[in-house]
Amino acid sequence: MAGGQRQKFDNPVVEWVDSRLPVFTLMQKEYGVFPTPRNFNYFWNFGAIAMFMLVTMIVTGITLAMQYTSSTSMAFDSVERIMRDVNYGWLIRYIHMNGASFFFIAVYIHIFRGMYYGSYKQPRELLWILGVVIFLLMMATAFMGYVLPWGQMSYWGATVITNLFSAVPVVGDDIVTLLWGGFSVDDATLKRFFALHYLLPFVIFAVVFLHVWALHVTGSNNPTGVEPKGKQDTLPFHPYYTMKDTFGLIVFVIIYAAFVFFMPNALGHPDNYIPADPLVTPAHIVPEWYFLPFYAILRAITFDLGIPFTEVVLIEAKLGGVIAMFGAIVLLLIMPWLDTHPVRSARYRPWYKKTLLVFVFGVVVLGYAGSQPADKVYWQTCIGSEAACEATDAHHGAADATGHHDVAEKAPTVLKFDNTMLAQLFTIYYYAFFLVILPLLSRKEQALPIPKSIHEAVLAKSKAKETK
Amino acid sequence: MCADTAIKKDHEEGTRREFLNLAAGAFGALGTAAVVWPFIDSLNPAADTLAMASTEVDLSPIQEGQSITVMWRGKPVFIRHRTAAEIKSAEEVPVNALRDKEEDKDRVQKPEWLVMVGVCTHLGCVPLGQKETESKGDYGGWFCPCHGSHYDTSGRIRKGPAPKNLAVPEYAFLTDTTIRIG
Amino acid sequence: MKNSILSILAIACAMLGSVQTVSAAGDVAKPKQMDWSFSGPFGTYDKAALQRGFLVFKSVCASCHSLDKIAFRNLEALGYEEAQIKTLAAEYTVTDGPNDEGEMFDRPARPSDYFPNPYPNKAAAKYANNGAYPPDLSLMTKARKDGANYVYSLLTGYKDAPEHVHLMNGQYYNPYMAGGVIAMPAPLSDGQVGYEDGTATTVDQYAKDVVHFLNWAAEPELEARKRMGVKVLIFLSIFALVMYGVKRKIWHDVH
Repeated sequence: MAGGQRQKFDNPVVEWVDSRLPVFTLMQKEYGVFPTPRNFNYFWNFGAIAMFMLVTMIVTGITLAMQYTSSTSMAFDSVERIMRDVNYGWLIRYIHMNGASFFFIAVYIHIFRGMYYGSYKQPRELLWILGVVIFLLMMATAFMGYVLPWGQMSYWGATVITNLFSAVPVVGDDIVTLLWGGFSVDDATLKRFFALHYLLPFVIFAVVFLHVWALHVTGSNNPTGVEPKGKQDTLPFHPYYTMKDTFGLIVFVIIYAAFVFFMPNALGHPDNYIPADPLVTPAHIVPEWYFLPFYAILRAITFDLGIPFTEVVLIEAKLGGVIAMFGAIVLLLIMPWLDTHPVRSARYRPWYKKTLLVFVFGVVVLGYAGSQPADKVYWQTCIGSEAACEATDAHHGAADATGHHDVAEKAPTVLKFDNTMLAQLFTIYYYAFFLVILPLLSRKEQALPIPKSIHEAVLAKSKAKETK
Repeated sequence: MCADTAIKKDHEEGTRREFLNLAAGAFGALGTAAVVWPFIDSLNPAADTLAMASTEVDLSPIQEGQSITVMWRGKPVFIRHRTAAEIKSAEEVPVNALRDKEEDKDRVQKPEWLVMVGVCTHLGCVPLGQKETESKGDYGGWFCPCHGSHYDTSGRIRKGPAPKNLAVPEYAFLTDTTIRIG
Repeated sequence: MKNSILSILAIACAMLGSVQTVSAAGDVAKPKQMDWSFSGPFGTYDKAALQRGFLVFKSVCASCHSLDKIAFRNLEALGYEEAQIKTLAAEYTVTDGPNDEGEMFDRPARPSDYFPNPYPNKAAAKYANNGAYPPDLSLMTKARKDGANYVYSLLTGYKDAPEHVHLMNGQYYNPYMAGGVIAMPAPLSDGQVGYEDGTATTVDQYAKDVVHFLNWAAEPELEARKRMGVKVLIFLSIFALVMYGVKRKIWHDVH
C-alpha cells in the first residue's frame, strides 16, 4: 500500500511523520486523489453509510458496556438503569438499539447495489465474499446483542436459535449444550454472548478493512459496469465523493434520528420489555425484522426429505430448515460463479433486471411471511356440499388444537393458501433465482448495447437532459 | 480548504462557495461537539448514584475515645469521639506552624465529634489510627502507612508528603446523637 | 407431519411445563385510540394528570402490582417538591439492614428508595392472586403493543362474558385481553378515589389518569427525548441543505 515515491508535504509536522510512516500519503492516495468513476448514483453512498453505522455501534456499544451487567439477575435492571438513571443513557441506548436496524438497512441496500450493478463479478469476487462474511458476522453480532437486555424475546429468541443446532445429526444436542454452557439458556449463555457481542464488532472492523483494501485494489464498479478507461472517466474521491457521501449520510441520519427520538421502539418487540421468564413462552416468537426473510425460509421446510416411494428419510424437516436457511447465505457467497454473464450492470440485462427485482420482492414477501404465524390462512375455498363445508369450518379450530388432521370420510376438499405455502413459494424462487435463473441467463441472455466508456454514458445522459 | 482558489476567479461565485464551505464546517463541528457531550456526560455519576449520596449515622453507641468508620460515597468516613485531652492538644497547636492552616474549631461542629473523610490527601490510602492497636503516628492522630504521613488529633497533616488535612465532609446534626453526612 | 419450527418450539415448551394458555391473536379487540397529550412529536406530560394518576395507582393498583423501577425521588417529575416527596416516601416502610447486630429492620422510606413491592416475592404474589402473577407496572405501556391505548382499553373494557366464553372461578371477561380471559377483576369503580382538583371521579377519568402516570413510569425520558429530537431534526435538515449546496457547487463543472 505504501508506494515507493512520496510527495513532500508543506507542513513540517506532517512531513516529519509521513517520511517515517507514510500515513498521510496513504490517505491522500486512497481517499484524496483516489480515481473514482464519475457516474456514481446515490446507491454508492451506502458503503460509507454502513461504515458510519459500524463506528456508531462500536462507540455507543462501548459506552453502554460500561453500565451494563451481564448476569441473568441483573441484566434487565441494568438496562433499565441505563434508560432511567445514567445521564443520556436513554439516548445512547436508543441510538444503539435502532442503530442495529439502520446498519442492516444500509447493508441490505449496499448488497442490493452490488447485485444490481454486478459488483460481485470478476475481478471483484473476493471483495464480494468479504462482504458476505461481514454480513454473516453482523448477523451473529446482532443476534447476540438482542439477547443482552434479557427480555422475553431475548430469552426465547436465544432458546429457539441455539436449538437450531440440535438439528445437526449425531452431535446436535451436544453442540447445543456446549453453546449454552448448561441445560438451558442461562447465566453462562448470557455471559458468553456478551463477551462475543463485544468482540465480534472488532472482527467486523478488521474484515471491513480487508473489504476496503480489496476495493482499492480493483477500484469501484459503477452504474454502467464498464471499467474506467482513463482520466475522463474518473474524479478524485475528494472533494467530489467525500462531499456527496456526507450529504447522503446526513439525509440517512435524519431518518435514523426520527426513529431514535420519536419512535424508538417501533422496530423492536414490546415483549422485550418483559423480563425473561423461562416458564412462559410469548405467544409468537419473532426475530428482529432483519432476520425475518431467513426465518421464513427456516420455517418453510415443513417436510422430511427422503427417497421417494420409500420410508427412508434422508433429511428431517428440522435439519432441512436449518440447511435451507444457511444455504440461502451460502448462495450469496458463490454468486460470482453462478452468474457468469459478461455484462455486469442490470441496466443492460433486461431479464436479469426483471428476475432480480422479483427476487427482491420475494425477499420482502419472505420477510412478511416470517413475521406472521405459520398457520395464518390467506385464502381458502371449500369444494363440496354447503352443509359439509360449514361443518368443517366449525370444527376447524378444534381439529387444529388437537393436531388431528385426518378428516371424516364425507369431508369436502378444502383448498387453502397459508403462510407456510407462501414462504415455500418464495423460498423456491429464492433458490431458483440463484441455481436456475442465473446460470441460465449467463448463457442465454442477450444484453443491450453497452456504452464504450463511462464518459460516453455520462455525455449521452446530459445530452438527453438538454434536449428535454 | 479547497475554496481558496475559487475566490479570485469569480468573486461572487467564490464568496458563495466560501460561505457554504464555512457553514458546512461549522455545522459539522457543532454537530460533533453536540454528539460528544452525551457520551462524556454518561460517564458522570448517574441519578441513582447521586441519590445515594447521603448517609445517616447514629453516634450514641460510640464511647469517648472510640472511633468508627462508615462508608459514604464509596469512601471511609472516620468519626471519632474525642477525649478532652485530644481536643485540648488539637486546639493548642499554633496554626502558623501547620502546612494546611486550619483551626481545630473550623474542622468540627461539636468539639467532641470529629468527622472526616478517611482518605490520605497524598495518594488516597486509608490512614491507620482508628483502632486502639493501630499506630496513631507521631501526633496521636492518624498515620498513613503508604508514604508515612502523620495527622494530629484534628486530622491535620503534620509530617510526611500529604499536602492537605484530612477532608471534612458536609454533615449536619439531625439530633444530638445522629448526623447526616452529605 | 413434522414442522421444523414447531419442533423447535416444542423443545422450548418441553422445558417449561407452563400452564400459560397461548392465545390466538385473532380474537383480541383492537384498543380504543385515545388522544394523549404525550403522543406526537411535541408531546408532553400533563403534571396534574400525572399526580391524579399516581393517586389512582397508589390507592388502587399498588395493592397488587409492584412498580419496581420507580424510586420516590423520581416523583419530582410529577411536579412534587422535595419536602412533599420526603413525606410521601415516609408513608411507606422498607426493610433495611443488616444493622450492627446483624438484624434486618424496618424504617420509613427515603426518596432514594424504590417503591416497595406489595408481595415479598413472586410466589407469594401468585399465591395471593389465584395463581396469576400481577405483573410489574413500571414498563407496562412499553411491554404491550400500542401500550397506553391498550391499558386504557383494558381498564375500561370489562364486560359480561359472551355465551361461548366459559369463565372459571376468579376469571373475568375482557375483550382487550389476549384470549379474552383475565384474572384481574375490574379494578376501578366510580367515586373510588377522591380527587382534590375537582376532576370527575369516573372510571374513564381514573383510567386516563393512571395510564398517563404509567406511561410516564415507562418512559420518563419522553419529554426530554422529543424536545431534543425536534432540535436535532431541525439542525440536521439545515445541515443537509448546506451540504447539498456544497455538493452542487463542487459538482457544478462535472455535469
